[in-house]
Amino acid sequence: MTDPLVKGSIRRRLLLSLLAGAAILAIVVYFVVQSVARQVAQESQDNILTASAQSILESARSFGGQINVDLPYSALSMLDSVSDERAFYSIHLEDEFLSGYPDLPAAPGALAGSPAFRSTEFLGEDVRIASVRRSVSTDMGRRFLQVSVAQTLSGQKLTLARFSRTAMGIGAGFFLLSMLLAAIVARSTIRPLHRLTASVSRRGPNDLRPVAAPVPSEMVPLVSSLNTFMNRLQKSLTRSEDFIAEAAHRVRTPLAIVRTKAEIIQRQADDPEIKVALGEMIHAVDDSSRTAGQLLDHAMVTFRLDNLSSEDINLAQLTHDVVERARPMSELKEIDLDTTILDDTTLHGDPILMQNALHNLLDNALKYAPPGASVDVAVTRTPDGARICIRDTGPGFPTGELPSLPDRFIRGDNAKGIVGSGLGLTIVKEVVEAHGGRMETGNNPGGGACVTLHFPSA
Amino acid sequence: MRNLALSLSLICLAELVLAFETEDRARFGPDNAEQALKVISTADIGFFEPMITSFLASHPDIAIDYIVASSAELMRAIRDEGHSFDVAISSAMDLQTKLANDGKAQRHSSAVSRSLPGWAVWNDMLFAFTQEPAAIVVSKDAFGDMAIPESRHELISLLRQEPERFRGRVGTYDVRTSGLGYLFATQDTRASETYWRLTEVFGGLETRLYCCSSDMIEAVKSGELLIAYNVLGSYVANRSDRSEFEIVLPSDFTTVMLRTAMIPHNAPSPELSGVFVDHLLDRSHGPDAQPLTHPVIDLNDIEPSVNRIRIGPGLLVFLDQLKKRAFLSEWESAILQK
Ligand SMILES: Nc1ncnc2c1ncn2[C@@H]1O[C@H](COP(=O)(O)OP(=O)(O)OP(=O)(O)O)[C@@H](O)[C@H]1O
Ligand SMILES: [Mg+2]
Repeated sequence: MTDPLVKGSIRRRLLLSLLAGAAILAIVVYFVVQSVARQVAQESQDNILTASAQSILESARSFGGQINVDLPYSALSMLDSVSDERAFYSIHLEDEFLSGYPDLPAAPGALAGSPAFRSTEFLGEDVRIASVRRSVSTDMGRRFLQVSVAQTLSGQKLTLARFSRTAMGIGAGFFLLSMLLAAIVARSTIRPLHRLTASVSRRGPNDLRPVAAPVPSEMVPLVSSLNTFMNRLQKSLTRSEDFIAEAAHRVRTPLAIVRTKAEIIQRQADDPEIKVALGEMIHAVDDSSRTAGQLLDHAMVTFRLDNLSSEDINLAQLTHDVVERARPMSELKEIDLDTTILDDTTLHGDPILMQNALHNLLDNALKYAPPGASVDVAVTRTPDGARICIRDTGPGFPTGELPSLPDRFIRGDNAKGIVGSGLGLTIVKEVVEAHGGRMETGNNPGGGACVTLHFPSA
Repeated sequence: MRNLALSLSLICLAELVLAFETEDRARFGPDNAEQALKVISTADIGFFEPMITSFLASHPDIAIDYIVASSAELMRAIRDEGHSFDVAISSAMDLQTKLANDGKAQRHSSAVSRSLPGWAVWNDMLFAFTQEPAAIVVSKDAFGDMAIPESRHELISLLRQEPERFRGRVGTYDVRTSGLGYLFATQDTRASETYWRLTEVFGGLETRLYCCSSDMIEAVKSGELLIAYNVLGSYVANRSDRSEFEIVLPSDFTTVMLRTAMIPHNAPSPELSGVFVDHLLDRSHGPDAQPLTHPVIDLNDIEPSVNRIRIGPGLLVFLDQLKKRAFLSEWESAILQK
């Protein structure tokens, strides 16, 4: 199997785009909070300056045509009430300077009732200036009186620095929270995919049932095409199995007829050459017929594996039954068939398949061991499950070929002249593995084949 | 030879340029000191000397050139004539504030300055190192067993009860000539209306007007005056004959002037100025302080009635020429009763 080509990661892409969005938002939040703070600080400073300038303006009295300004104490002291600030003011009657700081520039554009503001530098420091004016009557007619009040920005700068820190905190907190959320979202988005992957890869090798667990709508096309694909695969597998079984079945009957006819002819024939030829023919027919039989069995096994029934199997009882069924054949071949240990163990699984597997192993032992040999079957309980051991005192497996013998249609050197198809061990292996177990083939130290089946405890 | 003549004339010129009037001048510390600190101050040498002595004890390689000038001259020297000093010390809080507000002070921040109470610092530019109440000073001898007034109300009723006794024997500042007198008077009007009533009573008694606290104290001592109003209590307390006087801190409110130091914007060696100012503040504040004013006057006893003049732009209000003109004319009409 080739590894799939990897290009990108949905999760990473999702995470990155979420984080990028969060970072942009955090920065925007920072600047918005800061600019709002700046505006608020500026406005409150402007309000104080206006109040101060207005109170000076209102203290102006026209006295016999002369303008008299009685500077209120609070007009300047209020500018200093929160933080130490330098404060400046100037009072002008149109272009005529009356009092205060003559060089203090006015904020242009002040009208009666609406103050004007300006930020500039005065006497070496940044200041904010508010100017207000109103008209007064003098001996030269109505003229306007203009008051400008200025203040340094140290308090405002402190406030802004504090706001800036807060804004920074809000932005960072926002980003951290988004990061957490992004991680959670990315994870939960990907989770159905992981679940699907896990449920598909957890399946047994022959499990081709459709995926039934609910999936999010985006994954429905994927899952439904996966399901159709598996359905098609299942169908085509069943079709070929059916076909093989059907073919094997159809071949068996004519083979049986051919065999009977050949035996009759062999018995009647006098020519020894013809007798030998017919003997070989009968053997070949036996082989074919055995193959057909084993193919049918194999098809049956495959079918049952797809719908594996799960019953409690009494292994000792089952083994005993299979051994007893094989006893006539062992007696025919004068082989001593024995069960030495029969521990009481149970296994979950399909009893028919287990019988079939054990039968195949006993068949091999009786087939390949010479007359007079003995076969020994043992069922043992182990700490982690159960073990079935079948050994004979025959010639044993041809060692060089041992690893390939469980493959389909593979027979050993020692099988020449013995009827068989090479499917026996294949069936055994499939059955054992479908039950979660494992087959071990090997030879006894003192000669003879030994096959051990290990099953985990249920 | 020509060079010598030139340099001599330059020196004369330099002396001429020193146009502001000094009242006194003294040099402390070693003659060959590497660094000399030029301090301009409104405080008498005698009053300030303990501070200089203690500073020189911990900085023996520094000399101090101490120049005494009136607060107006100090203002003129720094603002109008651009002379450079390392430290400027003045009791005229309004003028000091004006200097700082007009950018003639530089900021100074240190562990000491940061530990000061809020009222003692303004804008890291002005630092208060004394608290000097305006007191009613009475001659114990002359008063005999008469009840000594404890507040302005009691003073008013006393003066009203016995006008003949007090006629011509009450003294206070002439606020037209004394900056400190003007500061005390304007702060009094801010605190209470009583000030105007008192001033009118003073006017009716041909009150004598003085330029300075020390003159008033002398006048009380000589028996010329029975009562002096708004005298710097610290001046009396620092005298060795203080027991002859009764220093009354009015119980209705006591205006407290803060003597402040600042580092002028053109100070030649601001770091050294900072060291000196820190020394000044360190010795004047905190539980282990050794203030320049005699401990006879303890403001902690009368804290609720203490009215510390707040350093800040509010002080600029009464410096406003229109405001000042209006105030003085009102004061004149009250005290001169023309
Ligand atoms: N007990 C045994 N002793 C010696 N060799 C064995 C034994 N069992 C199996 N073998 C060898 O393993 C080969 C594969 O056995 P397997 O049962 O798969 O096929 P088969 O017996 O030849 O045919 P089938 O069982 O399908 O009729 C045999 O051909 C034989 O060479
Ligand atoms: Mg076999």
